[in-house]
Amino acid sequence: MEKCKVTIDGKTIEVEKGITILEAAKKIGIKIPTLCHLDLHDIKMVNKAASCRVCVVEVEGRKNLAPSCSTPVFDGMKVITNSIRALNARKIVLELLLSDHPKECLTCAKSGECELQELAEEFAIRKIEFEGEMSRYRKDYSPSIIRDMDKCVMCRRCETMCNEVQTVGVLSGINRGFNSVVATFFEKNLEDTTCTYCGQCVAVCPTGALTEVDYSWDVINAIANPNKIVIVQTAPAVRAALGEEFGLEPGTSVTGKMVAALKRLGFDYVFDTDFAADLTIMEEASEFLDRLTRFLNGDKSVRLPILTSCCPAWIKFFEHHFPELIDMPSTAKSPQQMFGAIAKSYFADILQVPREKIVVVSVMPCLAKKYEASRPEFKVNGNPDVDISITTRELARLIKQANIDFMSLPEEDFDKPLGESTGAGVIFGVTGGVIEAAVRTAYEWYTGKELRDVEFRQLRSDEGIRTASVNFGGFELNIGISYGLGNARKLLEEIKSGKSNYHAIEIMACPGGCIGGGGQPYHHGNLDIIRARARAIYHEDRHKEIRKSHKNPYIIELYEKYLGKPLSEKSHKLLHTHYFKKVLY
Amino acid sequence: MKHVKMESYFSRLESFIDSLEDKKGSLITVLHKAQDIFGYLPEEVQSFVAKKLGIPRSKVYGVVTFYSFFTMTPKGKYPISVCLGTACYVRGAAKLLDEFKRKLEIDIGQTTKDGLFSLDGLRCVGACSLAPVVIIKDKVYGKVTVDMVEKIISEYKALGVV
Repeated sequence: MEKCKVTIDGKTIEVEKGITILEAAKKIGIKIPTLCHLDLHDIKMVNKAASCRVCVVEVEGRKNLAPSCSTPVFDGMKVITNSIRALNARKIVLELLLSDHPKECLTCAKSGECELQELAEEFAIRKIEFEGEMSRYRKDYSPSIIRDMDKCVMCRRCETMCNEVQTVGVLSGINRGFNSVVATFFEKNLEDTTCTYCGQCVAVCPTGALTEVDYSWDVINAIANPNKIVIVQTAPAVRAALGEEFGLEPGTSVTGKMVAALKRLGFDYVFDTDFAADLTIMEEASEFLDRLTRFLNGDKSVRLPILTSCCPAWIKFFEHHFPELIDMPSTAKSPQQMFGAIAKSYFADILQVPREKIVVVSVMPCLAKKYEASRPEFKVNGNPDVDISITTRELARLIKQANIDFMSLPEEDFDKPLGESTGAGVIFGVTGGVIEAAVRTAYEWYTGKELRDVEFRQLRSDEGIRTASVNFGGFELNIGISYGLGNARKLLEEIKSGKSNYHAIEIMACPGGCIGGGGQPYHHGNLDIIRARARAIYHEDRHKEIRKSHKNPYIIELYEKYLGKPLSEKSHKLLHTHYFKKVLY
Repeated sequence: MKHVKMESYFSRLESFIDSLEDKKGSLITVLHKAQDIFGYLPEEVQSFVAKKLGIPRSKVYGVVTFYSFFTMTPKGKYPISVCLGTACYVRGAAKLLDEFKRKLEIDIGQTTKDGLFSLDGLRCVGACSLAPVVIIKDKVYGKVTVDMVEKIISEYKALGVV
């Protein structure tokens, strides 16, 4: 790599030629403020619209100020990042942005997490000199995401995420000049588009233009209703991130405290989605082995690979984009939906109450789970299996509102029977985890031998797309894993063209799997946080007594007392679903 | 009848797109052709283009709304373009445009209710010696005066919708 010498604020350093001023400055501890810029190179996303001009700096010999996020360095370049001219320009840029921004920070859902608010605070903007026309757009409400484009600063991060990373292609900049805004095709509601509700646009939006639909007040109402039995289930990824909302280091697992908080919030039963993850493995591994056996016996009616079906954003993605592969995903419902179905049948029977008396709340790292819970096929006579789905962020707010001092809480255990889980259930929260959990069970069932070492290192990585093989007693099982819908698309194109020889593929929509979900605490561009969460998940697995789903005693009991066996008629009715071809154009 | 006509429009557009070597990079070319065929770019046409080119619909909409040349409202049977280039402008093009607006009761970018006329301004057409210039459909009118506007409009009204 060719090097060059650059002087920034009087400090000279040697850097690789071609990197930006912003990157070079960072190396010597100079933090130039940015707004539209977002560098998530780990998932191959760099948003350098250079549209906000907050990062402008002075370059010697150049007449106008240069946006440091998109201006490459050259040998002998002299940069001043904090001259009065640069500071003045930055302040004016901020004031202009704020002049067309609703000043409703106190009631904004993004307050405290907003990058524009943070800059306004940093630059001590006390008065906005400019007054002019304000953008006015209607709010767009979907089951998961609210778009309030009055708060859009046209950084276009959401557009880059939606088009380049996820290849969903719902968002695009439209019109020009003052009228330009990020919108859908013909400004339709998100609900009428191919949006998967993955929520990654929300995860990268610097302001309150994109936020989740907040159902936390519905939870409070349900708990306050004496005629309802309110059950909560928590997804694996939540425990690995919730602590961040209370100032704990990323990667701190807070399972016990989370359970204690949920009990204090007044839930009647605190259960675990991990239990349902174990149940998912029972059904999905059985389905896989059934398909594999038939496939190897030459049954032409079955197609491989089997695709995992836990991620609702991914499900909606293939329903729109790959309807011709609709027979390939496992028919097993996601853990959230399996939990709801079991809570309102098996557990309702134990309590001897009708399903309508039970309210199932799920705490998820995900925005698409809200949409999934609302899908009509997951309702019985209009009563949904999962009534309310809230995010990790919403749970943190609930805990704070209920005057619970999270840090001083003791560690408590989930209730039984739907709160007991294995290490296999826990790792659902991280990319590769579902397939690893499935392999732990499928291996023993297929070979009839005990699996001693349950950790499949070859399945673990933070690469967005990867392949591995697992030896099933002489038979090589080919596995594909991807996160990010753009990566999933690549794997699916391979399948479509007949080039693939995978037996099973795991797909998750979000970076790093569910731990990087759209409902998690905001990472503000630091993906090391997601890596830390992955470590917390694996740590939790390592310290579980039981690490294979089929060894969970409460799962065994559920089958003995209620379901019979995996893929039984009852299992099919409660735990399996079907998919719908959806329009793309 | 109208349905059959639309179908033939779509098949013309389709064969144009099929004849292109680089489909993904041809969006603007295709939109020009589509507007040429349909007269404007309604939702169904944009959707069709997106599908044929294998790109998201939002992208197509983004490009159509960005360039002022593209229109999403149907043009009149006789689209009127008043040249607003420098030469025409100094010779009173603005007054001409106002007269067309007044007589037709429409603004720039709009179409009359009977579907006969639409009105647009454009930049230099390279006929400066004839300034001010008005183009109606394919016919060029030179040295147009405000007094002539009424007569020109009535000529086309006489031709009618058919």
